[in-house]
Amino acid sequence: MTLKTEPFILNVGPQHPSTHGVFRMRVTLDGEVVVDLEPVIGYLHRGIEKLAESRTYTQIIPLTDRLDYLASMTNNFGYVLAVEKLGGIKVPERAEYLRIIMAELMRISSHLMAVGFFLNDLGAMMTPVLYMWREREKIMDLFEMVCGQRLTYNYMRVGGVSQDIPDEFLPALKRFIDEMPRFIDEYEQLLSQNEILLVRTKGVGVLPRETAINIGASGPVLRASGVKWDIRKADPYSIYDRFDFEVPVGSTGDCYDRYWVRIQEMRQSVRIVAQAVKQLPAGEICVKVKQPLRLPAGEVYGHVEAPKGELGFYLVSDGSIAPYRLHIRPPTLINLTALRDMVIGWKIADLIVIFGSIDVCLGEIDR
Amino acid sequence: MKFERYGIGVLKGMAVTFRHLFRPPITVQYPEEKLVLSRRLRGCELVWYPEKCTGCATCAKNCPQGNIEIVTHVGNQNNYMVDKFEVDTGRCMFCGLCVESCPYEALAMGLCYEGAKYRRRDLVMAKEALAISDSRKPSAYARPTIEASLPKQSLLVYWDRTDGGQKLSLFPLSKKRGRGV
Amino acid sequence: MMTLLEEFRAWLSAALPEWAAYLIAGIVGIFVVLGFVLTLVIVFIWYERRLLGRFQIRLGPNRLGPEGIFQPIATALKILIKEDVVPEKADRVVHWLAPIVVFVPVLMVFAVIPLSQGAILADLNVGVLYLVAVGSVSAVGIYMAGWGSNNKYALIAAMRTVAQIVSYELPVVLSLLGVVLMVGSLSMTKTVEAQVVPFIVMQPLGFLIFFLGALAEMNRCPFDLLEADSEIVAGYHTEYSGMKFAMFYLGEYGHALAYACIITTLFLGGWRGPVLPPFLWFLIKVVAVFSLIVWLRATLPRLRVDQLMAFAWKGLFPMALINIFVVAVEMLWLVDISRWLVVATNIVLAVVLILAWSRLFVLGRGRVEV
Repeated sequence: MTLKTEPFILNVGPQHPSTHGVFRMRVTLDGEVVVDLEPVIGYLHRGIEKLAESRTYTQIIPLTDRLDYLASMTNNFGYVLAVEKLGGIKVPERAEYLRIIMAELMRISSHLMAVGFFLNDLGAMMTPVLYMWREREKIMDLFEMVCGQRLTYNYMRVGGVSQDIPDEFLPALKRFIDEMPRFIDEYEQLLSQNEILLVRTKGVGVLPRETAINIGASGPVLRASGVKWDIRKADPYSIYDRFDFEVPVGSTGDCYDRYWVRIQEMRQSVRIVAQAVKQLPAGEICVKVKQPLRLPAGEVYGHVEAPKGELGFYLVSDGSIAPYRLHIRPPTLINLTALRDMVIGWKIADLIVIFGSIDVCLGEIDR
Repeated sequence: MKFERYGIGVLKGMAVTFRHLFRPPITVQYPEEKLVLSRRLRGCELVWYPEKCTGCATCAKNCPQGNIEIVTHVGNQNNYMVDKFEVDTGRCMFCGLCVESCPYEALAMGLCYEGAKYRRRDLVMAKEALAISDSRKPSAYARPTIEASLPKQSLLVYWDRTDGGQKLSLFPLSKKRGRGV
Repeated sequence: MMTLLEEFRAWLSAALPEWAAYLIAGIVGIFVVLGFVLTLVIVFIWYERRLLGRFQIRLGPNRLGPEGIFQPIATALKILIKEDVVPEKADRVVHWLAPIVVFVPVLMVFAVIPLSQGAILADLNVGVLYLVAVGSVSAVGIYMAGWGSNNKYALIAAMRTVAQIVSYELPVVLSLLGVVLMVGSLSMTKTVEAQVVPFIVMQPLGFLIFFLGALAEMNRCPFDLLEADSEIVAGYHTEYSGMKFAMFYLGEYGHALAYACIITTLFLGGWRGPVLPPFLWFLIKVVAVFSLIVWLRATLPRLRVDQLMAFAWKGLFPMALINIFVVAVEMLWLVDISRWLVVATNIVLAVVLILAWSRLFVLGRGRVEV
């Protein structure tokens, strides 16, 4: 005799401890096994793309802060790059270096959050999160010192950055980059070789190389699958071609690789910041652009390697003071399309871990 | 999938947590202990200099939210007299674009960060409430001239050092509370 | 030797009829033990929160009273005045009964634990059997909570609980048998008296298996699957609030305290110890075991449900069988020659088995084709 069983539907989210925001997964379960998954997004939709059409080019910068709110600096960076590309604006040297420093610190900060909450999703009870928040707090302190806020920085401007760094910034930053590698070692010692972490993540949620390329994944999710694609190397923007760093690449594309790639990227970002601090020139921080800025009619696509993947801004200008259309290519929305393929057949506990390993930010997905 | 390494990984992790047991906590007991925030803090209130303001409304034009309302009339020296200068801090997102754009440095971000109010209408700040006073200090955001006069920010990087920034309290468990600011 | 309770009863029966002395002594004994247990549970709640805070480089509750010692009381008050919400389609009787079924067996465990020399409520000659029997009743309560809540998360947790507790009961009981074999009695008092050398030294493997099994039984990290907050929200008590939730909360910590006491009694020599009074020794050991539990909770991620089952059936269960077999052989031939020979063999056995199992043993299957 066979027992009659039927799958049941579980709504994970929008209010759930591990959906990293207001994300909803309509999961069909057969016991603990995920049979089907339907992601439901849009709970955090604020219409940023539409709002941008009625703002001047400078006024859009605060809006981009609110895309991926864990990596505001990178969002600023991507947006101003797109505008400068269309307007043909040359940025002073010092501003370029400051932008790189900020973007790489932001990458460390974002990865700290990603790794910390990934481990928290695995059940490690806030401890890694709190350890990593300590370092993130130091980065936030630095950002606060430069631009006065801790989350929505609004620091980059078309043609440079809004303010020069204060005197006490560089000594503090140097101390931070001196001690950061030791803290990363400690994180690795905490759980990287932990048997439970290994059995929970090795081979779990494998994203094959071909699938990753086909869906257009980017960032650590793509690199963990073994594709060496980093826009900083593949299409060097700003002055990334001047720095010596490596692109860590995973082999199997499982959750452990994504975790490992992020840890290694933090090490590389520390290297880049150290080099940038050493080379930082004196001089202007912003070129004067006419306010309100009018871009020539045309369209442009500017992209940066955000902590979570390729962040693109597609900008159409009709020559007026506001963009005709601004489309944002959020990295995590594209990466998230792989979720269904990755989780089917895994248990509900793995669903949370796989979702956490993609490292989504709902502010960016829903825009 | 195997349990490799005989549990050494677990022990290593436990060694890390054990080491942290002897590190002083990094949390701050907020109402008693306060950290010094950034000199360029974009705090939750704008600070307005009535005597410097010419009523040109550049700030209002640059506000992404359209949040600043200015009403003026022409005064007897052919200048603008500001009748109404109103900011709804409930809608303000503290981007600082108004402060950056002000050609006369008549507007600054505030250093205040404790802006909780009981009613939403209390968040709308009019001329008198916005004006600079002894209790409402401007921050150095986009105003580098006053930067040196403000206290140094306390930084977590120096949390157990004394060579810069404000020293964070190492033993917040002790009876003596309320060092900080 | 008479326990303190029996002495008290004998003293009472000088003035009162036999039945009255029996009744009064029993009630007084129960209240003393209950008072002790509930106070200790409250203190342990505070202690865990503080210690966890220190592990996580934060402070933990420190506002109410000296070093925040009154925080659990404030928490209890807050919980008590909360509204008691019952989901509309819940099975009301089961939903109402579940916290009691969880909480009461936990208290019953303490009846057979010798808190100090002679300080035991009921010196049963089947004490260990009683522990095993009573200790697993709360699984029923947890299942009732999950089933009666009419909540899918709670139901998943309930299903996990049954699988987990039933599976881990086996290695726990088998590793207990090793102790019983060495003592030659099921009585808890005799177990303590037999530990001239604590059993943690005599059979390290048995201790390890029992400790891991106990972690699973009391639903502690890394086996806290049934309230895995990152997966299934709050597990079986998702739909509970107010006093009923407080019962679960107390039950959970009571469980941890009970197992800390059991481990102390069975493996760490109970109240035995030099210089200090026996009761203090008992407390020190209990706190040490509890600290170890909190330490694990502060460090480890949790296992997945299939890995958890595999760990019980493929890992701990065969190990426990081998352990009990070896202990039996040792008791038959080796223990008469030298006690330290037994210790040496058991340590070698533990090392060899752990090495062998980490090579041989495969956890779970991973992905399921659907």
